[in-house]
Amino acid sequence: MRPAAVEYIAAREVGEVLAALADGETSVLAGGQSLVPVVTRPGAPPCRLVDINRVGGFDTLAEDDGCLRVGPLVRHRAFESGVVGGALGDLLRVVVQHIGHPPIRARGTMLGSLAYAHPAAEWPAVAVTVGARMVLDGPDGRRTVPADTFFTAPFTTARRPQELLVEARLPTLPDGTGIGYAEDRRSSIYPQAAAMAAVTVTGGVVSAAALCLVNSGPHPVRAVAAENALLGTRFSDTAIALTAEVAAEQDTRRLDDDATRPARRQAYRVLARRALRHARQGAGRCG
Amino acid sequence: MQVTMTVNGTEHTREIEGRMLLVHFLRDVLGLTGTHWGCDTSNCGVCVVWLDGEPVKSCTVLAAMAGGHEVRTVEGLAEGAELDPIQEGFRQCHGLQCGFCTPGMLMTCRALLDRNPDPTEGEIREAISGQICRCTGYSSIVRSVQWTAAHEAAAAATKEEAVAP
Ligand SMILES: Cc1cc2nc3c(=O)[nH]c(=O)nc-3n(C[C@H](O)[C@H](O)[C@H](O)COP(=O)(O)OP(=O)(O)OC[C@H]3O[C@@H](n4cnc5c(N)ncnc54)[C@H](O)[C@@H]3O)c2cc1C
Ligand code: FES
Ligand code: FES
Repeated sequence: MRPAAVEYIAAREVGEVLAALADGETSVLAGGQSLVPVVTRPGAPPCRLVDINRVGGFDTLAEDDGCLRVGPLVRHRAFESGVVGGALGDLLRVVVQHIGHPPIRARGTMLGSLAYAHPAAEWPAVAVTVGARMVLDGPDGRRTVPADTFFTAPFTTARRPQELLVEARLPTLPDGTGIGYAEDRRSSIYPQAAAMAAVTVTGGVVSAAALCLVNSGPHPVRAVAAENALLGTRFSDTAIALTAEVAAEQDTRRLDDDATRPARRQAYRVLARRALRHARQGAGRCG
Repeated sequence: MQVTMTVNGTEHTREIEGRMLLVHFLRDVLGLTGTHWGCDTSNCGVCVVWLDGEPVKSCTVLAAMAGGHEVRTVEGLAEGAELDPIQEGFRQCHGLQCGFCTPGMLMTCRALLDRNPDPTEGEIREAISGQICRCTGYSSIVRSVQWTAAHEAAAAATKEEAVAP
């Protein structure tokens, strides 16, 4: 069966995008790497798309006021070379290498991935780890939503259907922060499980810690109990092992049953340990 | 809807449906069947073409999205009877057997060498990590790219010698 009709609108400015979205049924078409296969698969329902690829000024990628501001047309590939200094730049560069493969990274956008909200995707995990803020524009003007309340369920966010995600603001990470990422991946599309860490060491002691478990639940979450176990320690092997142990107790019920839980726990234990060891290499350095 | 795009240097305007994928536009509307169509889910890489100089999977781009842009397909590699060095490399080093993956491989590898004339084996393997070859095996494909890189470097050196005072 051939796919149903696709109504295609080529927008040239943000006003045209918002006007098209006003019906609440139109989808934003960015890199298309997730959306095109969905809307063109056999049996897909008819849909209306507004293509934002020709909108001017959507490729903002600038550091300003302690934040990296990312616009809707910044492709994954832009993050392959350090776009910003410090640990945030390191995190983006390390993580982007894991997303799909080169042609996907040439087209797909960070904001598209954030809006798509796949529970195992890398960018939502980065957003949660660093505490990004999402800027949405819609009929009632702009509003900002923090990452920890933006992702609500698999493929579901706080974005209203009439709203466009116009910017993600990623706070830069303080001096002395090290980052780490480790994943278990069986195919080129999305990891089974992953752990992401950003740990700040001041005066030899862990002063801030973010540990995010990817694909452990409906959306990426921070393992707060594990983070607390790491705070105030000297980031020793023992502290890392203990933190990973706590992280492995994270509730992974959405994806697991009694048969898979032990293996998944072991996966998160190992991945958390690897991510933290990786983070320790960069932590404690002063800029 | 109407779409106008430049393919291998020639401008084409056609009436299409919004749902049409670029790969089908190239193959079925323009008759450029060099670009292959395999998985349709952005996984196999046989459909890779250039969009404004960048390798993309044409099964994951709507034809409408290419409107106003430049597309280059495998048909645009050779100049008349003269093969592009990347095609020659695949020929010399047995980079293809059945040829199904070859158009995507060629477009991806040409783009790699344009950006990075002397890639390491790791860089070549990374560049083709989105392409699947089911018969030749990747070793000969990697060798084909290495042959091309060496050949192009030698050709450039000869040219430089020729112009040196
Ligand atoms: C083979 C393959 C492998 C992949 N592997 C990975 C992987 O390992 N990790 C990973 O994270 N991703 C992976 N992806 C997905 C890829 O990263 C996509 O690029 C990404 O999920 C969506 O970005 P996009 O720009 O292509 O968005 P699109 O496909 O255009 O859109 C995706 C969704 O987001 C909405 N949207 C897009 N932009 C906006 C905006 N600015 N405001 C509001 N809504 C918006 C769309 O309406 C749609 O619902 C893979 C994809 C493929 C095809
Ligand atoms: S047909 Fe496009 S990647 Fe397989
Ligand atoms: S040559 Fe047959 S699939 Fe690659």
